[in-house]
Amino acid sequence: MALTLDDVHRIAHLARIEIDAAAAREVHVKLEAIFAMINTLQAVDTTGIEPMSHAQDVMLPLREDVVTAADQRELFQSVAPAVEDGLYLVPRVVE
Amino acid sequence: MTGIVTGTLAQVAAALRAKQLSSVELTRAVLARVDAAQGALNAFVTVDAEGALAQARAADAALAKGNAPPLTGVPIAHKDVIMTAGLKTTCGSRMLSNFTAPYDAFVVEGLRKAGTVLIGKTNMDEFAMGSSNETSYFGAVKNPWNTEYVPGGSSGGSAAAVSARLVPGATGTDTGGSIRQPASLTGICGLKPTYGVCSRYGLIAFASSLDTPGMFARTAEDCGLMLNAMAGHDARDSTSLDRAGEDYTRELPGSLKGLRIGLPAEYFGSGIDSDVAAAIDAALAEFRRLGATTVDIALPNVNLSVPVYYVIAPAEASSNLSRFDGVRYGHRAEKYTDLMDMYKKSRAEGFGAEVKRRILVGTYVLSHGYYDAYYLKAQQVRRLIAGDFQRAYEKCDVIMGPTAPSPAFKIGAKTDDPVQMYLNDIFTIAGNLTGAPAMSIPCGFDKCGLPIGLQVQGNYFSEAKLLNVAHQYQQVTDWHKRAPTLAGNAGSLPPEGAK
Amino acid sequence: MAAWEVVIGLETHAQLSTAAKIFSGASTAFGAAPNTQAAAVDIALPGVLPVLNRGAVERAIRFGLAVGATINRRSVFARKNYFYPDLPKGYQISQYEIPVVSGGGVDIVSPTRGPIRIALTRAHLEEDAGKSLHEDFHGMTGIDLNRAGTPLLEIVTEPDMRSSDEAVAYAKQLHALVQWVDICDGNMQEGSFRCDANVSVRREGAPLGTRCEIKNLNSFRFMQEAIEFEVRRQIALIEDGGRVVQETRLYDPDMHETRSMRSKEDAQDYRYFPDPDLPPLVIAEDWIARVRSGMPELPEALRERFAEQYLLYPEGCAALTANRATAEYFAQTMKELAGIPGVPYASQGHDATNGKSVANWVINEIGALLNNHQTDIAHSPISPRQLAQLIAHTDRFKGTVSHKSAKDVLTAMWAGEAKGDNAADAIIAARGLAQISDSGAIGKIVDDVIAANAAIVAEVKAGKEKAFNSLVGKVMAASKGKANPAQVNAILKSKLT
Repeated sequence: MALTLDDVHRIAHLARIEIDAAAAREVHVKLEAIFAMINTLQAVDTTGIEPMSHAQDVMLPLREDVVTAADQRELFQSVAPAVEDGLYLVPRVVE
Repeated sequence: MTGIVTGTLAQVAAALRAKQLSSVELTRAVLARVDAAQGALNAFVTVDAEGALAQARAADAALAKGNAPPLTGVPIAHKDVIMTAGLKTTCGSRMLSNFTAPYDAFVVEGLRKAGTVLIGKTNMDEFAMGSSNETSYFGAVKNPWNTEYVPGGSSGGSAAAVSARLVPGATGTDTGGSIRQPASLTGICGLKPTYGVCSRYGLIAFASSLDTPGMFARTAEDCGLMLNAMAGHDARDSTSLDRAGEDYTRELPGSLKGLRIGLPAEYFGSGIDSDVAAAIDAALAEFRRLGATTVDIALPNVNLSVPVYYVIAPAEASSNLSRFDGVRYGHRAEKYTDLMDMYKKSRAEGFGAEVKRRILVGTYVLSHGYYDAYYLKAQQVRRLIAGDFQRAYEKCDVIMGPTAPSPAFKIGAKTDDPVQMYLNDIFTIAGNLTGAPAMSIPCGFDKCGLPIGLQVQGNYFSEAKLLNVAHQYQQVTDWHKRAPTLAGNAGSLPPEGAK
Repeated sequence: MAAWEVVIGLETHAQLSTAAKIFSGASTAFGAAPNTQAAAVDIALPGVLPVLNRGAVERAIRFGLAVGATINRRSVFARKNYFYPDLPKGYQISQYEIPVVSGGGVDIVSPTRGPIRIALTRAHLEEDAGKSLHEDFHGMTGIDLNRAGTPLLEIVTEPDMRSSDEAVAYAKQLHALVQWVDICDGNMQEGSFRCDANVSVRREGAPLGTRCEIKNLNSFRFMQEAIEFEVRRQIALIEDGGRVVQETRLYDPDMHETRSMRSKEDAQDYRYFPDPDLPPLVIAEDWIARVRSGMPELPEALRERFAEQYLLYPEGCAALTANRATAEYFAQTMKELAGIPGVPYASQGHDATNGKSVANWVINEIGALLNNHQTDIAHSPISPRQLAQLIAHTDRFKGTVSHKSAKDVLTAMWAGEAKGDNAADAIIAARGLAQISDSGAIGKIVDDVIAANAAIVAEVKAGKEKAFNSLVGKVMAASKGKANPAQVNAILKSKLT
C-alpha cells in the first residue's frame, strides 16, 4: 500500500485541489510519514468486529412532512461570489 | 473593579446581579483588555465592540428588572468555528476570511438566552485541524505564559483568552483534544462533554462523528454554568441526544470519598515529560487525601487511537470540506479558465497546507480499493478501543492521567513533522472516538513555568461527576488561580509556589 | 451463429410527493423563482445538518409493499462524493450498502413473452440535485438549487428485460403504480419520473455483454427510440470487430441517436461511506403495519375483482384501473346506482350486468368528454351521483330516455346546463326528452298507424322485414320520436301476429 507520486496527483484531482509538481513531491513525503503511522492498524486482528460509526447506538430521528423554511435567498446570496437573477453563476458547464 | 474584570464567571455574574458594577462598564473594561493583549497573543479574529456594548446595555436593563437569566452580562467569546449571526465566522481560514454567518449555532443561542455578552470570535487552527494554533490564516496564537510558546490547538485563541483573563469563559470544539490539550497547555479548565449532549448545529464540520462543542473556564463551577447554557436537544441535528435536562453543577459539593480512579498503564509510559509525570503524581496524591482510591487498569488498544483518528477524521473532513468550492460562498479564485480550474484554484488558494494534507489523506482512505483496509478497519479498531473503556469502567468511576505528554513547545518546533504534531493528542483522542466526556484541569507547572494539565475522563453522561471531581480538587489546590503576567513575559520566572 | 439477445435493466428516479424536502424544511413545489425554495441545508451552508423527512420514508414503505419487496428494518444513508455545481455539498446523501427496500417485482405483459415479472433489485432514498441553466449568462452557467434536496426513490431492476417494448411496458407500469399508491405525481415534463436504461447485447447463451447507460429518458417514446438505436449501435460495433466501451450516453431526440456524454464523471470514484450526520434508519413493525392497512387496493387485485364481480372484459378492467381516480369513480357510480330507490335492476344483486353498462358510460362517454376537454377524471364536472341518475334513466333501467338522448343529456350536464344531484332529471324535463314508455300510450299510437297503413301491414304479414321497419319508423314519427323504440318494436310485433 505504498503511496506513489501518481497517487498524490490522482487524489488531488479527486479532491479538486490544484497541486504542482513541487508541491506534490513535498506533500508526498509528508503523506508517506502519515501513512506509515496509519498502516500500523493493519496488524490489528479485527475479525468479526462490527465497525463503530457513531458514539452511541442511536436511531435516526424523523421530522414531520411540513414546509418550515421561508425564502431566505437574499440573506444567503449576500455572501455569494457571483449571482444573477437569483442564480449562482459558475463557469460554463458542458454536459 | 479590576478584581471583578478578571473574576470567574460565577464571580462576575454575582457582581453584576449585586450591581457592584454595570454590564456596560464591565464590557468596556473587557474590550480594553482584549485590545491591549491582541498584539501579544493574537487570540481574537473578530472583536465586536458595538455589538457587545449593545448586548451589555440590554443586560443592564434585564438586571434592573430582576429575574434575569443566570449569566446575564457575563462577557464570553466563541471559537471562530461556531456560527454567530451577523459576525464574520472564518474557521481560521482564508477560505472563509470574509464570510459573515447568516445564523446562530445552537450553543450560541443557548449562551445568548443565558444572557451572556459576546465579545468576539477567537483564533484557531484552520478548520480545527491542529494542536498548536500555528495553522491559522490569521497568524499563530501565543501562549500567555510565554509568548514564544504555542497555546495548543485547535482552540488556541479561546484558551489564550481565558488563560490571560481577558474573558472568564469561551467556547471551543474538541474533535481529537482541541479543547483539553490547549486547556492543559495554558493552565485552565477545558471540558469536552459527551458527544450529542451539545448540538453540532452551527459548528462548521470537521469530523462529524467526533466534533464536540465544549468550553474553557478557570473553574469547574464555571464550566458547569456554561454547560447548563449549552446543553440540550436540537431537532436540527440528527445526532443530538434527547434527554432530560440536567443541572451540571448539582454534584459539585459532593465528597470524593470512595471514588475509584483508574490509572491506565498506557498513560504512564516512557514518552511523558518528567515534570508532567511528577505533577500528575502530586495530583493523584491529593485525590488520595480527599478519600479516593486508585486502581490499575488496562486500555490495551488505546495506543491505536492516533492511527484510528488519522483515518476517520481526515476521511470525514475530506467530505465535509467539499462544500467549499467557491460557488455559493467563501473564497473564489480570481483567475481561472473553466469550472475544473475554478474548483482547483479556489480550494488550493483557500485552504492551508495542513488542511490540504488531511483532505488528501481522507480522500485516499475512502477511495476505491482502500475503503476496507483503512476506513472500515479504523472503525473496527474504534470499537475495540470503546470496549476497553467499558471494561475499565467496571473497575473504576473515572480515569486519570496527563492530558498531554509534555507542556507547551516553542512556536515552530513541530511544524515540519506532522506525525510528531499528531502525537500531542495521544491521550485525548480516545475520548472523541468513544464519545465519552473528559476534561483537563490545571495541576502544576514545569521547570520553565509552563502549565501542566490533568485529564479526568468518565463514562457517558458523567459530566456532573467530572465537575465534582475537579471542583473538590480545586478546593484544596490553587493551580487554577495562577495567572500569567502578560507584558513582555518571554522567559518569565515561574509563578509563586511552582517547583 | 446464435441470435443476438438484448439485455436491459432500468433505473428510475421517482420524485416523492412530499410537501417538504427530504433533509430540509423547504418546499418541493415546482416552478418557484430560482433559489427561493432552498433552505440553508439545500445551499450547503457551513454548519447545517440533514434531518430526515418522515413522509419520504412512508412513501418508500408504501412502494415496497406495493411491489412485494422486503422493507429493511434497518437501513443506512451514505455519502456519494463528487464535485458538480448543482451538488452543493460536494456529495449526495443516498443509500449504498443497505437500502430501505430490497427485492420485489412488477408484472408486465411482454408482446413476445406474454405475462412476465420484472424483478427489482432494490429501491433506495436519496436527494435530488439542483439544476443547471445553460442559457447564456455571459458565458457562465446559472445554478438553481430549488430542486436540490427533493426526495427521490431510486428504483433499480434486475437486467430482466429483453426488448425496448418490454422496457417501455415496465416503465409505463411503474409510472402508473407510483401514482396509484400516491408516492409520486408522475409528471414527466416536470421531471418527477426519470429513467436511465442500461443496455447490452450478447449472443444467446453467451455471458453478459458490456453495458452502456442511457441517461435521463423522460418520455416513453424517447426511451423506445433510444434503446433501439443503442442496440443497433452495439450490434453493428461488435459485428464490425469492435468492442463496446462501458460509458454513459445521452439520447438526442432530434438526431435520433445516443451520444457519449462528455465526462462529467470519467470513471468516478464516489468514495461511499456511511453519513456520520445520520444514524441508521430504523423502521418499526407497527409503522409498516399502519402503512399496509392504509394502502389502497392495488391495480392488479382490483382488476381481478372487477372481472369477477362485474364480469367485465379484460380491456374494460384495464381501462377502469388505469388510475385510481377512474377506478374509484366507477365504483362510486355503481354504488350510487344501487342506491337509487325503485329503479328496476339497479340494486347490487345485479352488479354483474350493471357493471358493463356503467363501465361503458365511464370509459366511453365520460372518457370521450375528458379527452375533448383535455382534463382528467378527478376534474370531471359530472359527479358519480349525477352520472348514476342519468344511467338510471336509460333503457336497461327506467327507460326514460333513448341512448342517444342520454348522450345529449350528458354533454349538457358537462356544460353545466343544470347543476346539483338532480341535473339529469332537470335537463330531461327541460328539454322534454322523456320517452313515452307507457305501453298503453304506445299501443294507441301503434293502433293508429296500423289503421292508417293497411298496405304496409299486408307486406309485413307477407314476411317483408323492411316493411316492418318502415312501420316502426311511422310510429316513431307519430310520437315525435319519443316512443321507446324497444317497446314500439315489441308492441307492433305482438299486434301484427
